[in-house]
Amino acid sequence: MTIHPTSPQFKDNAHRALEDRDLQKALGHVRQAFIAKRAAAAEALPEFEALRDSARDIKQHTLENLDLYIEAWEDKVTAAGGHVHYARDAAEAREAVLDICRRVGARTVTKGKSMISEEIGLNQAIEAAGLVPVETDLGEYIVQLRGEVPSHIIAPAVHLTRDQVEADFRRHHTHLDASRDISSHYSLQAEARGILRERFLAADVGVTGANFLVAETGTSVIVTNEGNGDLTQLLPRVHVVLASIEKLVPTLEDVGQLLRVLARSATGQEMSVYTTLSTGPKRPDDPDGPDEYHVVLIDNGRSSMLGTSFEEMLRCIRCGACMNHCPVYHSVGGHAYGWIYPGPMGAVLTPALIGVETAGHLPNASTFCGRCESVCPVRIPLPKLMRHWREREFERHLQPAAVRGGLGVWGWFASRPKLYRLATGLAMRALSIAGGNRGRFASLPLAKGWTDYRDMPAPQGATFQSQWKNRRAQPKRAA
Amino acid sequence: MASMAAASRGGAGGEVRVGLFVTCLVDLFRPSVGFAAVKLLQDAGCIVDVPTQTCCGQPAYNSGDRATTATIAVQVIEAFASYRYVVAPSGSCAGMIKRHYPELFADDPNMLRKAEELAGRTHELVSFLTDVMGVKRVDAAFDGPVTYHDGCSGLRELGVRDQPRRLLGTVRGLDLVESRNTDVCCGFGGTFAVKYGELSNSIVERKAATVVESGAGTLVAGDLGCLMNIAGKLSRMGSTMEVRHVAEILADMTEAAPIGAPHHLKD
Amino acid sequence: MSEARDTVLGTIRRSLGVTGREAPRRDAVEGRIAAARPGVIPARGQLPEPARVALFCEKAEASAATVARVASAAEVPGEVARFLRDNNLPATLRRGADPDLAAMPWGGTTIDVTAGPSDGSDINGLSRAFAAVAESGTLALVSGQDNPTSLNFLPDNHIVVVAARDVAGDYEAVLGRVRDRYGKGTMPRTLNFVTGPSRSADIEQTLILGAHGPRRLHIVVVDD
Repeated sequence: MTIHPTSPQFKDNAHRALEDRDLQKALGHVRQAFIAKRAAAAEALPEFEALRDSARDIKQHTLENLDLYIEAWEDKVTAAGGHVHYARDAAEAREAVLDICRRVGARTVTKGKSMISEEIGLNQAIEAAGLVPVETDLGEYIVQLRGEVPSHIIAPAVHLTRDQVEADFRRHHTHLDASRDISSHYSLQAEARGILRERFLAADVGVTGANFLVAETGTSVIVTNEGNGDLTQLLPRVHVVLASIEKLVPTLEDVGQLLRVLARSATGQEMSVYTTLSTGPKRPDDPDGPDEYHVVLIDNGRSSMLGTSFEEMLRCIRCGACMNHCPVYHSVGGHAYGWIYPGPMGAVLTPALIGVETAGHLPNASTFCGRCESVCPVRIPLPKLMRHWREREFERHLQPAAVRGGLGVWGWFASRPKLYRLATGLAMRALSIAGGNRGRFASLPLAKGWTDYRDMPAPQGATFQSQWKNRRAQPKRAA
Repeated sequence: MASMAAASRGGAGGEVRVGLFVTCLVDLFRPSVGFAAVKLLQDAGCIVDVPTQTCCGQPAYNSGDRATTATIAVQVIEAFASYRYVVAPSGSCAGMIKRHYPELFADDPNMLRKAEELAGRTHELVSFLTDVMGVKRVDAAFDGPVTYHDGCSGLRELGVRDQPRRLLGTVRGLDLVESRNTDVCCGFGGTFAVKYGELSNSIVERKAATVVESGAGTLVAGDLGCLMNIAGKLSRMGSTMEVRHVAEILADMTEAAPIGAPHHLKD
Repeated sequence: MSEARDTVLGTIRRSLGVTGREAPRRDAVEGRIAAARPGVIPARGQLPEPARVALFCEKAEASAATVARVASAAEVPGEVARFLRDNNLPATLRRGADPDLAAMPWGGTTIDVTAGPSDGSDINGLSRAFAAVAESGTLALVSGQDNPTSLNFLPDNHIVVVAARDVAGDYEAVLGRVRDRYGKGTMPRTLNFVTGPSRSADIEQTLILGAHGPRRLHIVVVDD
């Protein structure tokens, strides 16, 4: 039921993405806006780096005591009248949600933006059960109309242009006047607002994700700019929270620390517009709010990451800064990664969740430029973790034979300095002569991946080490 | 004169012996950068030696081959054991030794001690000149506008950013112009450039566009990997922009043809 | 279900190499929850009241809210009437049972004020904030009969009254007040932190106000 990964076809996906002119136009917005805004927000808060340390420490401490924090949190949820459902995997998580929907006789399920919902393939399951899932985040709504998954964890439709969204709305909103003007960003948003407002009011069950679960109070926290997550949880009779186990934090104060780095890292806002702390169902004298509050707590592979070198990945608070700053993401967008989580965080998390055999390209398709780590609000060493995946692949002989073989020959020589000097001395001389007067190669058979796209500068001639040795061998003359 | 002043600052014992980690790319493709590094170090008052060497092991490390990396790292640690400082004309290779050798031997206390000791003595060339040897100016001239690209490892692993700009600012006739996004990767990434050539190309296309847009006639950086990548893209695009390692300009050794440009074979 | 619970907690414990019965770990976790220590608090909001309120107003405006300051609660209806008039909005208002709001002299205006939660048909909603945060220009609103949460989201225009003395420097100070009001470890159904009106930039990163929640957020700070 979860989406079929196309990560093994990463190179083909990337090729198509690079040829896609609409996508390339849309990605232009990612390359500049997010980065400048984050930088300005970080610059404006002198304590920002200290807050990153604090955020890292909170998440790390919680992971190291995750069993106890989950128990403490569960007690509080129950005490507030809520229900906790544990799900070992995606199937159990889907079943938990569908059970609730069936029990209350739901027909329409509204949804706030939730990446874990994408991960477990909830929409497809809801549809298969004969119910109607309605994504309410504007970007998610657009993506749902198109039958796609989000291409970015906080900006789901960032791969699309305004023209494409207009075309999608015209194709789907056929009950509206065909001659209406929806050429502006404003009119598109207004149209979605109108349509979704009706859905909000009609929904029986509202499903949201959670940015944090608070052990101290049994609270779930969501952060949005649109207010869709709030209407989703406020209006239906039942509020279901989907959350993976690493969302736990100890206290409300810890939420305060994390909020200060979350929005700044994500959109460059100091705070997102709506930060909502929800605890249990509505109280006896509350005039609004849901009658039932459920949390489906999902493992789906995460508990096995604890205690391994990938544990640090579970600190991730899903801000998207890593992909916003990633040159690879800037080139190909999120869909090329072939599953749910794109960019550097996806390159580390995806192999852990669906297997490195399937997702092996992702941690390899990185220049290790380190810009992701430099902006990560919880200081996840993303390049290091990608390298760990490459080590796992190497140990299991999962890399292509040509790569392995080439590396083996190089490694053999590089481990034998004298032989290396001799061999490279000869090779560079030959290569230099072959490069001739042009000073570069337009084509090299062993480096087509390079020379198909750019020239290869030719070596100058004798290696430095051979020249240095010759100089030392000559009798010294006074300068 | 400058060298005597520098030597008296940098050398407690009067003599600063530096082992040059020349880097495999400089060794094989562009020895002139190595000689420029030697000159800069000597001008700063260092006694330079070049022990027999191959590579820092980064290609193996980033390919997941820890065993080969460790073999190479042990070699480097031994070859450079006797120098007061180890200097590389590359942020990437210096970063490998400084940041990643200790990681590599995290489970081997004996080697870890040696790796950390080497890491403490290892520096990227330009930051070594400014931060350790106290070099404030160079005696060099270069005509025209130059733009500087920040290599990722030097920038983010070693904090090399202002140092090369400061020294370039003292080169007579040189006009330093900043490009947009100097801190964005050029798309080289070692074996990445070959394994994911199309992707690497799209990244270097954007990089080439920003350096051309700066209006500079020459691009410089502290890492030959980035430079070969960008130079290869610029020449394929038909750009006339020249590309050089920052050491060549700072050492006033620009007689060698720019990277990727026609050159005379020396023997 | 309990089998899934056992498996999840069991795998976590196996991966961490713990049993869950270690006294030092339990003490550390209980102690941390009990202490609820604030972490790094930005100096920005740590100001005496006049400057703190001024910072709140500045930050709220930076988040695209509009802000008015009045000298006393008695002046709130007049300011709300002005806001509705200036924005060409109908003279209607939906509010909860909040006694402070109810006690204001609405009779001196032509505004038709009704009380109760919103069913989605209200153009203008009025709430009283539990507190506010100067650091980021953020309002804190708690659910309940006094200020139903639906008023925060369904009306097109949300007007929020906040007392100057309720403007705190930081979130932690507000969370402390929530604890004082509801008891340690207990929360209202909903605590909303609101920073500006609803917005989305989901289409081409172009920011447009009024995505699903209010298009306008007007804050009236009462100084007395």
